[in-house]
Amino acid sequence: MVKFTFTVKDEMGLHARPAGLLVKEAAKCTSKVTIKKGDKSGDAKRIFNLMGLSIKHGEEVEVMVEGEKEQEEAAALEAFIAENI
Amino acid sequence: MKRYSGKAVFHGIAIGKIQLLKKKETNVFRNHIEDVEQEIARAERAVTETEDQLKKLYDKALLEVGESGAAIFEVHQMMLQDQDYQESIQNIIRTQQVNAEYAVAITADNFSEMFAQMEDAYMKERAADVKDISERLIRVLSAEEKEDLDTDGATIIVADDLSPSETVQMDKSKVKSFVTRYGSSNSHTAILARTMNVPALIGVAYEDDIDGMTAVVDGFKGELIVEPDTDVLAEYEKKAAEEAEKQKLLQELKGKETVTQSGKQIRLYANIGGISDLQAVMQNDAAGIGLFRSEFLYLEKDDYPTEDEQFKVYRSVAETMAGKKVIIRTLDIGADKQIGYFGLDKEDNPAMGYRAIRICLTRIDIFKTQLRALYRASAYGNIGIMFPMIISVNEVKRIKEIVEEVKRELKENGIAYGEVELGIMIETPAAVMVSEELAKEVDFFSIGTNDLTQYTLAIDRQNAKLDDFYDAHHPAILRMIRMVVENGHKGGAWVGICGELGADLELTNEFVEMGIDELSVSPSCILPIRKKIRDHQ
Repeated sequence: MVKFTFTVKDEMGLHARPAGLLVKEAAKCTSKVTIKKGDKSGDAKRIFNLMGLSIKHGEEVEVMVEGEKEQEEAAALEAFIAENI
Repeated sequence: MKRYSGKAVFHGIAIGKIQLLKKKETNVFRNHIEDVEQEIARAERAVTETEDQLKKLYDKALLEVGESGAAIFEVHQMMLQDQDYQESIQNIIRTQQVNAEYAVAITADNFSEMFAQMEDAYMKERAADVKDISERLIRVLSAEEKEDLDTDGATIIVADDLSPSETVQMDKSKVKSFVTRYGSSNSHTAILARTMNVPALIGVAYEDDIDGMTAVVDGFKGELIVEPDTDVLAEYEKKAAEEAEKQKLLQELKGKETVTQSGKQIRLYANIGGISDLQAVMQNDAAGIGLFRSEFLYLEKDDYPTEDEQFKVYRSVAETMAGKKVIIRTLDIGADKQIGYFGLDKEDNPAMGYRAIRICLTRIDIFKTQLRALYRASAYGNIGIMFPMIISVNEVKRIKEIVEEVKRELKENGIAYGEVELGIMIETPAAVMVSEELAKEVDFFSIGTNDLTQYTLAIDRQNAKLDDFYDAHHPAILRMIRMVVENGHKGGAWVGICGELGADLELTNEFVEMGIDELSVSPSCILPIRKKIRDHQ
């Protein structure tokens, strides 16, 4: 499993649009992608799950990527998040 | 004539005929189903068709309101395809042996409830998205054709609330305003009004008999005026025409350089008091931030904000401004802006008391925490730091020593920082008089005209009795500004104005002639000043 963290820069938090972007990107991965905020976690490929975490501006969340291609997929995901979210 | 008040979510004036939209209730009945698998297959086909509809809406919205406005329909597609949402529908059909319509309705209730329970105002609104896609899915299942909203001739849309798909189906060339009974500043109606640049009101308790009537929407006062009297209507027609003219002009100025006819560039920056003002900075096309008041970080807390807390805010502003200048003013509080945990004594004359840099230079720990946060953030953008309430060269030298200490410590700990321009506020007569010497110590000056006027004229701005004596354009102030510009340039510092006077259109020409390099004003003043400067011969 590969882990990395990011902080939500969007002032409205991880609202519909960035959540949508993240789901779309996560769906490209063959690995299981989990987002963890505090003691709650959600499947990054499921938009309701992700929005249910109610991630706000400035909050730090952990991303866990687990699967055969976890190294490269985590790297791609991290780059995408840094650029877009 | 009847007036209804509400909350304006977007400014402007609109005059037109009301079209009252009434939601058609979609009645869902619970039916027993024998062949569960066939019912699930029917639900799946309906999902595919609903998805096609949403794709079409996305394309339509893309053309009409652009990518950011259309994005919601892409999100709707994801919600529709969401595994949990789909599984819930299928499970209900399977376990309860019910029709797909009913399963969708129950699923919609459960999912929208999840959003409605969230604390965040924006997330609460997302319950409406779930309902919107579910209603569409139910309509497809029951093969109900929804008539397109006919907005012929009607220009003020009045409804309980509007869903994204309702709003996108309207003929936007005819819609002049939205008025809703419910909704919030984050609702789609509000977002759409902002994108379409039309006034919108929410929270209006209108009566149902207003359909087809002529009305005025005042998006400044937050009023809906139904069947206005002739004189009221005439007044609003005049206002609407003026507003349209102004809007047109301002739209033309967006993205243009702030440069005089003779080619002199002026940096036109914005003053902000918190992160929430950033949107206005972007909308009004400021070239940077000339005064970011850092006080809010201290005011909204019960204890000193930590270095990390401050760093996150500064970094986020620097990143949002993406390389444009962000000038952050260090803590500027005193006995007039009390913060409990600072434990400041009550003073007889707080304006001239223990405040701003005087606190920072005696309580070095507070100062260094802020400086460390600022320098760390400087690795993420173009940050400048300015210090308030300066009266002497020695103060500036002391500040620079502390800055060097902070940089040294960061370096020792291997923490990155960028190039930072250092400047001071010129807001005391003393600083004006020694500005030539001060200029040699710093990169820039920013003239704080509010305090400078108060200290120079010996007039307390809060005292209404002194209004007759107060002259904002007092020659003493204007001569001081001229002197600061000249001395600043002599000593190699650029000079700006961040006080209220900077936004005074009557003085813009004079400032340009003095050789001012920068004006920092509230976001809404940016474009009018840009016009004034571009017209300057």
